[in-house]
Amino acid sequence: MQLTNRKKVVVKKEMSLAEKLYLPAITNGMVITMKHFFKKGATVRYPEVKREISETYRGQHVLKRDEQGAERCTACGLCAVACPAEAITMEAAERKKGEETLYREEKYAAVYEINMLRCIFCGLCEEACPKEAIFLTDRIVPTDLKRDEFVYGKDKLVEDINHRIDLSGRQTKEVLEFKKDKTKAHNQTWADKQKLLKENKHH
Amino acid sequence: MAKVTIDDITIDVPDGTSILAAARMIDEQHGTNIAPPTMCYYSKLKTTGGYCRTCIVTVEKGSEKDPRPMPKPVPSCRTNVMDGMVVRNTTSPELLEARAGVVEFLLINHPLDCPVCDQAGECHLQDLGYENGKEGTRYEFQRREFEPIDIGDKIKLHMNRCILCYRCVKTCEQITDGRVHGVINRGDHAEISTYIQNAIDNDFSGNVIDVCPVGALTDRTFRFKSRVWFTNPVDAHRDCNNEKCSGKTRLWMKGDDVLRVTARKDRWGEVEEFICNSCRFDHKKTSDWTIEGPSKISHHSVISQNHNELRKLQLGIHKQIKKLDGTKIDLGEGALNPNNIDK
Repeated sequence: MQLTNRKKVVVKKEMSLAEKLYLPAITNGMVITMKHFFKKGATVRYPEVKREISETYRGQHVLKRDEQGAERCTACGLCAVACPAEAITMEAAERKKGEETLYREEKYAAVYEINMLRCIFCGLCEEACPKEAIFLTDRIVPTDLKRDEFVYGKDKLVEDINHRIDLSGRQTKEVLEFKKDKTKAHNQTWADKQKLLKENKHH
Repeated sequence: MAKVTIDDITIDVPDGTSILAAARMIDEQHGTNIAPPTMCYYSKLKTTGGYCRTCIVTVEKGSEKDPRPMPKPVPSCRTNVMDGMVVRNTTSPELLEARAGVVEFLLINHPLDCPVCDQAGECHLQDLGYENGKEGTRYEFQRREFEPIDIGDKIKLHMNRCILCYRCVKTCEQITDGRVHGVINRGDHAEISTYIQNAIDNDFSGNVIDVCPVGALTDRTFRFKSRVWFTNPVDAHRDCNNEKCSGKTRLWMKGDDVLRVTARKDRWGEVEEFICNSCRFDHKKTSDWTIEGPSKISHHSVISQNHNELRKLQLGIHKQIKKLDGTKIDLGEGALNPNNIDK
């Protein structure tokens, strides 16, 4: 049964002398190859040269700290349940007295792992997070030779306290405006809360 | 017998039935969803209800003899039906607006710390707020705050989250003998308390965790172990030495580990049978239990995210599969269990 009219019958005709020499064909091919020496390449020399990417590029994750340096993540598990690739796992622990400046909430993630081989960088974890803890950044996940190296733990994910990552470009104007409102519990650090408690006791 | 019409559905119920009970009967018979939500009423406990006003309904017609409407919404858990009564719940926009107001009041002092709270995912206040509440809050004052208290070594009390439904007080009064906790102070200062944090060490005291509609009373042995939607609930039983305890429970498992033991809950979120503390806190090995199979979880619940029902199919507990045209195929025990297919 004929489905389309695009079929071509192969003709095995005798080649001419010029064709038999193959030389014109080879020159033709070489010309095409040579042309590419003078064209601009399609690739860039990463990592010396980096391509321009969007401010909201979805690359390697970061677990944010608050202004005081306390980890924001409270191990609520919403990122893990939102994750379509099931790349995120975590174990929670209870904050002890005296650790208030290390962890923002009563509960924190003692273990937090993202399997970067599973991750599809869809950003649903970032969207699900109620605590502004997890964000995707414009950093590209580096290559490695071993598979287990791609299971990123807290050592690789939590933001370095001395090298903060600015994510204001990823947030809308409304969110940035809301974050300035220190009367909202969401925006209060431990120190802010203590200050408020003291003020209330005075009244 | 009294004939009562709720949301245009008529039912005959015995005299002395509350409107709420009649609405639940309709739901069970017709598969509808018209029963008002409850936060403080608990059918398994006496004298509960009437505190939270969540279950309010509009009575359009008082009865056959006196057809005048009731002037205000009435709490359906404490109002009995009359012959010829006409009630509106989900079909009255004014009532739903009033209920949204009730939810707002219940949430006035609630800290909304669901990401931290162990009850999240099975919390009645969370469901109520989601289904009947408003998106924002208008409350601008400092919410009242308490430090979490250990009530004994098994129960944690977060007074911040409490909505003062009195269910736990009634449980201690009626299920355990000799209650050591209650509500002290009044109005805005009211709080659940044991006398100077006295441990509750009665055999049935653990049931206060199950009856608590919010995360105020939680299990310390399960504290921050896992979010409920990452655990798989299975029904199980054991021979319990305590004669008052049936030993029928629900295990919340992760792999082969039993993370938590609770009583089984029905579709209204109420426990089917109260269980003893020994079953609840001391038997956390799979070998202690005879497992009956995965529990039925409503697909509206976030807990169904763990695909428990699918596992049920695989285990062949659903022996029948219903086809799209309504006919049923009988598969036989364990037919879809992958282990059996190999044989």
